[in-house]
Amino acid sequence: MAELEAVIGLEIHVQLATKTKMFCGCELSFGDEPNVHTCPVCLAHPGVLPVVNEQAILYALQIAAALGCEVAPRSIFHRKNYFYPDSPKAYQISQYDTPIAGAGRLGDVRIHRAHLEEDAAKMIHAGESGRIHGSSASLVDFNRGGTPLVEIVTEPDLRGAAEAAEWARLLRETVRQLGVSDVNMEEGSLRVDANVSVRPAGTETLGTKTELKNMNSFRFLQRGVEAELERQRRLIESGGEVEQETLHFDPQSGSLTSLRSKEEAHDYRYFPEPDLVAIAPTEEMARTARESLPELPAARIERYVGEGLARDVAAVLAADPETAAYFEQVSTDVSGVEPKVVANWVTGELAAALRAAGGGTAAESKVTPAALAELITLVARKTISHGSGKTVLAALVEEGGDAQVIVEREGLAMGDDDGDLESIVAAAIAADPAAAEQIKAGNGKAIGSIVGAVMRETSGRADGGDVNRLIRAQLGL
Amino acid sequence: MAGILELTVAEAAAQIAATELSAEEYFDAWREAAAGDDLNAYLFHVEHPVDHQAMDGPLGGIPVAVKDIFCTEGTPTTAGSRILEGYRPPYTATAVRRLDAAGARVLGKTNMDEFAMGSSNENSAYGPVLNPWDRGRVPGGSSGGSAAAVAGGLAPCAIGTDTGGSIRQPASLCGIVGLKPTYGAISRYGMIAFASSLDQCGPFTRDVTDAALLLAAMEGRDPCDSTSVGIEGGILAPSREDLGGLRFGVPSDLAGAGFDAGVREVFEATLKWIEDLGGELAEVALPSAEHGISAYYVIAPAEASSNLARYDGVRYGVRAGGDGDLLQMYETTRSQGFGTEVKRRIMLGTYALSSGYYDAYYGQAQKVRTRIAEDFKAAFEKVDFVVTPTSPSVAFELGEKTADPLSMYLNDFFTVPMSLAGIPAISIPAGLAEPEGGGRQLPVGFQIAAPAFAEQKLLEASYALEQAIGFDAKPVGSDG
Ligand SMILES: [Zn+2]
Repeated sequence: MAELEAVIGLEIHVQLATKTKMFCGCELSFGDEPNVHTCPVCLAHPGVLPVVNEQAILYALQIAAALGCEVAPRSIFHRKNYFYPDSPKAYQISQYDTPIAGAGRLGDVRIHRAHLEEDAAKMIHAGESGRIHGSSASLVDFNRGGTPLVEIVTEPDLRGAAEAAEWARLLRETVRQLGVSDVNMEEGSLRVDANVSVRPAGTETLGTKTELKNMNSFRFLQRGVEAELERQRRLIESGGEVEQETLHFDPQSGSLTSLRSKEEAHDYRYFPEPDLVAIAPTEEMARTARESLPELPAARIERYVGEGLARDVAAVLAADPETAAYFEQVSTDVSGVEPKVVANWVTGELAAALRAAGGGTAAESKVTPAALAELITLVARKTISHGSGKTVLAALVEEGGDAQVIVEREGLAMGDDDGDLESIVAAAIAADPAAAEQIKAGNGKAIGSIVGAVMRETSGRADGGDVNRLIRAQLGL
Repeated sequence: MAGILELTVAEAAAQIAATELSAEEYFDAWREAAAGDDLNAYLFHVEHPVDHQAMDGPLGGIPVAVKDIFCTEGTPTTAGSRILEGYRPPYTATAVRRLDAAGARVLGKTNMDEFAMGSSNENSAYGPVLNPWDRGRVPGGSSGGSAAAVAGGLAPCAIGTDTGGSIRQPASLCGIVGLKPTYGAISRYGMIAFASSLDQCGPFTRDVTDAALLLAAMEGRDPCDSTSVGIEGGILAPSREDLGGLRFGVPSDLAGAGFDAGVREVFEATLKWIEDLGGELAEVALPSAEHGISAYYVIAPAEASSNLARYDGVRYGVRAGGDGDLLQMYETTRSQGFGTEVKRRIMLGTYALSSGYYDAYYGQAQKVRTRIAEDFKAAFEKVDFVVTPTSPSVAFELGEKTADPLSMYLNDFFTVPMSLAGIPAISIPAGLAEPEGGGRQLPVGFQIAAPAFAEQKLLEASYALEQAIGFDAKPVGSDG
């Protein structure tokens, strides 16, 4: 049997960080006392009418621009009808066949569409499990009800669980950097559902998909998709068939439970919302949205790669706009140093030094971009050794200040007063003939004891690379 | 005391403004009259003291009977349904707020067909309203309470809502003026929704001038209703006395429509008046209008099925059953809370929107609706107004049509096309006619429809015609 290839599409709900709700003037909140942010509109009293939040439209246009989506010249809202206490009108105002944003792309994944809708209220199931089964009562908190959402739907372009999680991270960073959402998965301001199917590798027809609901971290998303792919592969390999259903992944047990089958799928009786007029963004609104876009991670990664950075290093720097800005400032301040070298310092030595000192980001640390740039330049010019550079960096992390000042205070410069490095090396070789013989015999590790002796003699100021090279030269290698 | 109750709204407002009449005295006189309601026109009378201060404005001191479909803060609002029994809204409808800002005050909440679904007011959960002209007959619906209150001397004016004829038809059956403005002229905020794309608020008055006064106070764009736009230039009191240069279109398809001989007589006499006033008559074609009822009874129930889904017993109103079982609570609450006609329409509408049936029903009905709007547009290229009888018959007997929903639905034959097209239409009393089966003479309404937002023109023509007709018959009432 041919290998079964994973086919994954994602549906992402992004809660917009507008000041007020999608269709009423209630403030958005998180963690406040239940039902304080409510009004006749979001409690669906008789006679109320929705009014669209303009800020939400602008944010949706920004997301559309960031994802390169076509913007519909005229899109309308529909009613999605269903009975449940989290939906006070018994319908959700959403978009159906004319979403605000059409086809687009982020990274390697095509976007199918993105549309505006309102969030449901929050159900709290009283009881031990916190879930509906076995609860003794259900309470509704309408604070969340009516929060603006943008739902982004991808094409089924993802080919693995890790890839899906990785892409979802890129999407989160992209939306976060737009400043239109908190994109916090634990708080539910970013929610990811995955449509999962498998098919024989090399074929084009889509297999029957299942939908995995609401995984509240990227790790759970990856594990959930992995578990479901595994389940589907085993099912098909044992001659079974995948059934269309909606599944819940329990990260604690790693198990998948069916929420509803295809037969139980709702008939939402969509019809155009008569209480609202069409959204017709002017060309100016669309342009404002495009022009207000910051440089987004995907574009920044490409730019860094173009500057010679390794892709994984570029991704680390590009993910966080503050880190990216820090890196770019250091790159500007150094002289005669490649961005690639700067990138390695920021993601390597500096990150390690910060970790050792208890964490924090580069931008928040006491190490100013100017200080780091000076330090990198000193090392590149061999004014100090790489090893001394780390010492200086540790001091900068601890106390801040100026790299040159620390170099002078600690006496780390590899100046003339260090004596003739060549003669120190010669003396070290002469002092350890056994090691010298082993090196000549091809035991590379033996060089360590001679390097160590030189470093002791120079108090660590010598450049490790230079020392290695001199030892080998003097031994005729 | 009877003297001040004879004043029109315009006259009373003028006298109050000139301090010839005390607002307090006037309001109390009406409060007393309303308290003597023997038509079941009111569901709730204002009991709390009315703030007579700050009653400035064009309607300063005028009491208004308000259909119980408008939310009024702290005052019971039921929409004629059991399911909202005891419900007191936390806010007030924009139309009522605007009346209040113009100096008017709510006199009481009037009876209606449940959720505005009906043409006879027999679908109210609180009993039928009686027609003041003949208490054995219906006042029409769904705004039957508002129409009966004005016609029966229980209110100087009233407001109601019209979805497919719910202002014009009861106005016609009760012998008063009823105006359905253009969709979007008056805010729907706070008006309990029946069919959102059709519902429109409008006045019931004794004459056309009073209708203009109330419309002027209520119209306008409301930030709480995205579909509201108001009427450009506002509304002024009408003063036109002739119809010279105006063309009135009579639908050619009308000939085939079934309506009472007495209604036809009054209709034709009114056409004669139009000519006498210098107006011109022309035949117009509205070929799709005959499908209006079919389209209406798909679109309105479809929207209603969604609009009424919120009455689930969770947050307000009546809750029944369901000890620990959500579905059972929904079912018990709704089966006990809604009446037969409401349930029928929810079923119809749910079906029409169901997957697999949507295109055949809802989609098709929307196409018909577009065609009807196009028919009117084409007609208004040739004529200024389209005129028809308002209702195919005079007021019918209580219980006469309750067993046959279809014959009840046909009552809206002349009024539904204008609702579907979203255009303004008025019913003015044009004469009296004997019912088909015999009996005392009853009022007949004449309907005039105009292009969207041409309310001022519509009111001017209606005023001229009203002056010429000089309809001054009054219900004989309990003393007759
Ligand atoms: Zn609200």
